[in-house]
Amino acid sequence: MSAIATLPTEIVRHDHVASRNAEQIALKVENLEARYGRGCSACHELTGPEHSTNVCGQCGTVIACADVSFAVRAGRTLGIVGESGSGKTTVLRCLYGDLNPAGGTASLMTYEEGRANLFTASAQVRRRVRNFDMGMVYQHARDGLNLRISAGGNVAERLLAAEWRRVDQIRARAGHLLERMEIPRSRMDTPPSAFSGGMQQRVQIARALANGPAVVLLDEMTSGLDVSVQAGVLDLVLELQRTEGVAMVVVSHDLGVIRLLCERTMVMKNGRVVESGLTDQILEDPRHPYTQLLVSSVNA
Amino acid sequence: MNEAVVSEIPHDASRTQSGTHSGYSYAFLDELTKKSVRRAILKAVAVPGYQVPFGSTELPIARGWGTGGLQVTLSLIGPGDVLKVIDQGSDDSVNAVNIRQLVELTAPGVDTTAATEEATIIQTRHRIPEAPLHADQIMVFQVPLPEPLRVVERRESETRRMHAEADYGRIWVALYEDVVQHGRITRSAGYPVVVNGRHVMTPSPIPKWDVPRLHQAPFLSLFGAGREKRIYAVPPLTDVVPLAFDDYPFAIEDFDGAHCARCGSDDTFLVEVPQPDGSSVMSCSDESWCEARRTERGQS
Amino acid sequence: MSVFTPQPITQGAAGQSSATALPLRVRNLHKTFTLHVLGGKHVPAFHDVSFDAPAGGFLGIAGASGSGKSSLLKCIFRTYLADSGSVTWNLTDGSEIDLVQATDDEVLDIRRDEIGYVSQFLRPMPRVTAIDLAARPLVERGMERAEARERIADLFARVRLPRDLWDGLPILFSGGEQQRVNLVRALAVAPRLLLLDEPTASLSPDLQAEVVTLIGEARDRGTTLVGVMHDTDLLNRLSDQVIVLDQGRRVA
Repeated sequence: MSAIATLPTEIVRHDHVASRNAEQIALKVENLEARYGRGCSACHELTGPEHSTNVCGQCGTVIACADVSFAVRAGRTLGIVGESGSGKTTVLRCLYGDLNPAGGTASLMTYEEGRANLFTASAQVRRRVRNFDMGMVYQHARDGLNLRISAGGNVAERLLAAEWRRVDQIRARAGHLLERMEIPRSRMDTPPSAFSGGMQQRVQIARALANGPAVVLLDEMTSGLDVSVQAGVLDLVLELQRTEGVAMVVVSHDLGVIRLLCERTMVMKNGRVVESGLTDQILEDPRHPYTQLLVSSVNA
Repeated sequence: MNEAVVSEIPHDASRTQSGTHSGYSYAFLDELTKKSVRRAILKAVAVPGYQVPFGSTELPIARGWGTGGLQVTLSLIGPGDVLKVIDQGSDDSVNAVNIRQLVELTAPGVDTTAATEEATIIQTRHRIPEAPLHADQIMVFQVPLPEPLRVVERRESETRRMHAEADYGRIWVALYEDVVQHGRITRSAGYPVVVNGRHVMTPSPIPKWDVPRLHQAPFLSLFGAGREKRIYAVPPLTDVVPLAFDDYPFAIEDFDGAHCARCGSDDTFLVEVPQPDGSSVMSCSDESWCEARRTERGQS
Repeated sequence: MSVFTPQPITQGAAGQSSATALPLRVRNLHKTFTLHVLGGKHVPAFHDVSFDAPAGGFLGIAGASGSGKSSLLKCIFRTYLADSGSVTWNLTDGSEIDLVQATDDEVLDIRRDEIGYVSQFLRPMPRVTAIDLAARPLVERGMERAEARERIADLFARVRLPRDLWDGLPILFSGGEQQRVNLVRALAVAPRLLLLDEPTASLSPDLQAEVVTLIGEARDRGTTLVGVMHDTDLLNRLSDQVIVLDQGRRVA
C-alpha cells in the first residue's frame, strides 16, 4: 500500500554457508574515525602514537580512532590488538552500530554488494543489516545478553529479528547452536543469569551466530574467564571458524588469543593503526617500535 | 434541547450564540485545540500504526476515563453526526452516559444513539460492536496504554527507537517465551498487531475476537490515549496482522459452543454475567446487538 | 590437480617452460632487523642471497649458528618480511607470484594450498588432540574428518609416534614427539613446496632414518624441498644441492 511499508530489500540473505564465495571480501573499512567532542583542525596532528595521546591539546576532543582501514575476507579472521585507549573496541562498536563514527566508510558484501557505505545508511537500514548479517560478542555478558529471558530465548531473539516465524524451527536452531557451544538442551530454557561466565560467553557466541551472519565481531571475548575456561571457548571458536565461513574480527589485548584465532593482525595505539600484517609476522618480526614493545613484553 | 441548534457553522459557538446551554465552544474544545488534534490524526493516518504525540488537553473527565478517545471524537464531530458510545459493549455504563451528555450539551446538531447502524462516530472502550460497519463510520478507541513494547522495555527513548528501526525482536521473543512456557500464546486483550506491514501497535484492550475486524476494514479506526498523549490510526483497507507464529497461529476466543442466555446467539463475543443467586450465565457483550436479536426473535 | 596426490610438477599444465623446473627462485634477498627496544640497533640476518630450488629436489642450507639459515626459511614463508629482493614462486596454474610483494591474503592462500613449513616448535591448540591437530590442514581443504584421521594415523605409525599419544594433548609431548606431529602435519597435505627447519633435530638416529625416507618420498613426488639442518652429514646425504651461508652471505 504505502511506500513506508516496503523496507529496503537490497540485503542478500545467505541461507547456506557453502554459497559464500570464499575469495570475496566480506567486510571493508576505510578511514574510520570516531571521536568524542566536536573536533578541530589540529585534532589529527596533535593526537596519535607519536604524541602518546588520544586527546587533542587544542580543543580537548578525544580522537578514539582515526585513519583505520582494513578488509576481511569471508572465512578469515582479523585480530586487532592494543592496550587501553588504542581504539580497538571503538572500531567494533562503530561497525556494529553501537557508536556513530565521525567519518569513514564500511561496506559489507551482503549489503548492496559492498557498493554502499553502511555508516551513511538510515538507522532503519543499519538495524536491518545488523539483525540479518552481523553478530557481536561483548566483553561482558550483560551487554550482549538479555539475562532475564532463557538462553534459548536469547538465541531465538536474533532469529526473530531476522524474521524467522516458526517456533519449531527457531527452537531447533537455538538448541543446535547451544549444543555446539556445549550447553546441554536441558539448560536451554534457563536464563543465563544462572550460568557461569564461560557459559554466558558461549551463549553470546551462539547468539552471534544464530542468523548465519557474514561478519562476527568479538570484543575481548575471553577477558575475565579462567584460563581453562578460556581454552574451551577458544576451541569452540576455532571449530566455528572452520565450519561457518564467517569473516571475524577479534579484538583482544591478549596476544595468545590473537595468535590462536587470527591469521592477520592489526596493532593499534592511541587510536591509530601502527602496523598490520600476518599474525606470525607481527609476532616474530615486528617492525614498529610499539609492536616490538608489545611483543617483547609478553612471554607469548 | 434542539431548539438551540444554530444553522451556521459553529466556529465559536460561545460568541455567536448566547442561547446555548453551556456557553462553551462547540463540542467543548476550542477550535485551535481541535485543529491540533486533527493534525495529529492526519499524521497518524499517514503513518498507520505509528503513535503521534499530541498535546492532550484538560477535560471535565478524569484521565484514565477515555479523555484521549474523547478528544478525538470532539475534534471530529459536527452537526449531522450521530454518536454512539459504548463501554465494554454497554451503552448504559456511567461513563458512556456521561460522555454522551457532554456531547449533547456542547454540540448542538449532533444526535446520539445506541443503534450501531445509525452512528457515524462510535467511541468505544474495549469492544468493537458486532454489527458490520461501513466506510462512512469512524471507530474511536479509548486507549489506556498505547505502547505495545512497554511490556518488554521500560524506557520511552528505547521503544521509540525500536519503532523507528522496526527492531521488534524483543516483543517477538516475549511471545516465543510464552509459547515455550505455556505451549501457546497466552496474551488475550490488547493483542499486538503489525499495521501495514510496518508498525507494531496495540489495538487497545479489545478482545482477540475483535482483532480480525480491523484487518482490511472498510472503516477508519482512530486510537486516542489521553493520559499518555498519543494518537494513532488504522486507515480503511489496511493490513492489520496479529503477531503470531506460522506453527502457533493467532486464534480468537472459543466459547465451547456456549449460547447467549438472553438472545441465544452463538456467534458473538460472550461475557460471564453473575446472577443474583450467585451463579453466572454467558451473555452477549454487545448489549444493543443482543437487544436487537431478542427483538428479532420476538423475545423482548 | 588434487592437492592430496600431487603430480610431478613438470607434467600436467600446458605451456610449461623450463622455468617451471625451478619453481622457487630467490633473488638478492636482504633482511636486517631493527630493534627499537634496544635503541634502534641493527641486526643483519642475511644479505644479497640468491638461489633456485628445483622441483623434485632437496636444497639444503648449511652454515654455522647465526649464519641466517632459519631466517632465510622464515623469509620465504613470509614470517619475516624481507627488506629487499624477491622470492618468486610458480603457482599450479603456471603464473608466478613474488612472495615478498604479495598481499597478506595471497600469502595465506599460498600457505593453504602450496607451501608447508615444518618448524621446530609446535603450536598446540587448546583441547585439540595430536591426531586432530595434524589432520586440521587436510580437513580445511575439504577432506572428511574420518579419512583425514586415517591418513594421519598412517603417517604417525610410520614415524613411530606411540599410539597412546595420538589422542593426547601435544603440549605435554617431548620435543621429539612434537617434532613428529609437526612433520606429519606438513607432509600429509603434500604441499608443492616444503620448508624444513631442523626436521630431525630432536629425533633418535633410527627415527631420523624414517623421516629421511618420508622426505625422499616427497621429493620423488615432485615436491620442492628447502631444508635447514645443523647436522651437515645428514644434510649432504639428503640434498641434491647445498648452499652455504656465512654471516648472512652466501659463500657456496
